[in-house]
Amino acid sequence: MTSALELRQVSKVYGSGPTEVHALSEVDLLVERGELVAVMGPSGSGKSTLLTIAGSLEEATSGEVLVDGIELAAVSASDRARMRRRSIGYVFQDFNLLPGLTALENATLPLELDGVPARAARVTAIEALEELGVADRADRYPDELSGGERQRVAIARAIVGERGLLLADEPTGALDSVNGEAVMRLLRTAAHGGVAGVVVTHEAQLASWADRVVFLRDGRVVDQTVAPPGPESLLAAGDRR
Amino acid sequence: MSVPHALLALLSEGPKFGLRLQNEFESRTGEVWPLNVGQVYTTLQRLERDGLVETEGEADRSRKLFRITAVGTRELADWLRTPPDLVPPPRDELVIKVLVALQVPGTDVHEILQVHRRHVIEVMQRYTKVKAAAAEDDVPLALVADAELFRLEAIVRWLDAADVRLKQMPSRTAAPPADVPVEPTRTTEVSQ
Repeated sequence: MTSALELRQVSKVYGSGPTEVHALSEVDLLVERGELVAVMGPSGSGKSTLLTIAGSLEEATSGEVLVDGIELAAVSASDRARMRRRSIGYVFQDFNLLPGLTALENATLPLELDGVPARAARVTAIEALEELGVADRADRYPDELSGGERQRVAIARAIVGERGLLLADEPTGALDSVNGEAVMRLLRTAAHGGVAGVVVTHEAQLASWADRVVFLRDGRVVDQTVAPPGPESLLAAGDRR
Repeated sequence: MSVPHALLALLSEGPKFGLRLQNEFESRTGEVWPLNVGQVYTTLQRLERDGLVETEGEADRSRKLFRITAVGTRELADWLRTPPDLVPPPRDELVIKVLVALQVPGTDVHEILQVHRRHVIEVMQRYTKVKAAAAEDDVPLALVADAELFRLEAIVRWLDAADVRLKQMPSRTAAPPADVPVEPTRTTEVSQ
C-alpha cells in the first residue's frame, strides 16, 4: 500500500560556501494514512523546513519526496500546485484565516480555487465545520471568533475535501493548555479518520497526542518513540506506589 | 496521594461502608491509583483510633458503617489548605545520571539526554492515551492525567534546557592522564 508521505534521504541546504546552512540532512520519514506523527526538536533543528518540503511549499536540495506515492519533483509545477490544493492541508500557528471572509468562506476557499462549483464546495465545507464543531459560527468573521474557534476553522479548511495529508506547524499557537489539547484531539481524530497527519511542535505534552514522535536534531532524525502500550501498564505502575 | 484524607473526603458526603470507599476512591482518581481493600480498612482503623471517624454496626468490618467526626471534618479542611512539601528530594536520579555522564570520558551526553527524553515522552503518550479514551465528562481522570503529564513535561523541559546549555559550552580540553593528581574540578564532555 502506498504511504501518504515518504521522505527519502531528503537534504536541504540554504546558501553556499561559508554561509552554507544544512537545514536537513538525509532525512527518511514514512507516514501512513490513519497515523499522527509529531516532529520534535530544538529551535533550528529543521522541523519547519521538513514540513514545508513535505508540503511542497519548498523544494529539497536532494532526495525524494513522495505524496500518495507520487514524487513531487517528477511532476510539473502546475500538477504540484494541484496536489497542494487537493491532497495536502496546512494548519499554521497563527491560523492564517483571511480576515475579510467568514468562517464558511474560509473553509470553502480551497475547493473553489480547485474549481469545485460554489454550491458543492459550500456543502462540503459545512460538513467540515460540523465535524470540527463550529458549524454554528459559519457566518462569523475571524475577528468574531475565539482563538480556539479560529483554529477549528483552520483545521476544517485543512481537511475539507479529500485530502490525504495534513501538515500542522505549532498548531496550538498561543492557546492555553486545555484549548491546545482540544486542537490536538481534533488532529488526532482527523488522522485516525484516515488522513496522515504530521505536527511540528516543541511541546512534549502536545507531541504526546501523536501515535509516533520523531526527534530532529541539527537537521537529522536522531530518534523516534515506539508505539505506546495500553493504559493497563499505567495501572500496574500505580499499583507499585 | 494521602489515602487517609481522600477517605475523609469521601466520608464528608455521608456515612459509607469500607468496600464502597474503595470503589469510590478508585473511580474518582481515574483508577490511576489502585487501592486494595485491606489498605482501606487499615487506614480506617487508624482514623478511628485518632477520633477522625466513628463507626456503627457490627463487629464484622465489612458490615461496619464509617462516619466522619467533627474533628475529622476540621482535619480535612486544614489538610486541603496546607501546601504540599515542594522541596525536591535531596537526590534526583536523572540529574545525577546526567552529571555523572559529564564525567565519563567518551560519553555523548546529548545521546544520554535523548534516551531519557524519548522514555519520558513514551510515558506521556500512555497518559495521553488514557485521557483520549476517557469519557469527556470524566474530569477527575483528566485532572489526574494532567498532573502526571505536567510533571513529566517539566522533566522534558529540563532535558531540553540541559541540551542547549551543553551545546553552548566549549568542548572540554583533553583530560589529564589518570595518574596525574589534580584538584577536583567540574569538567564537561560534550559531543557536537
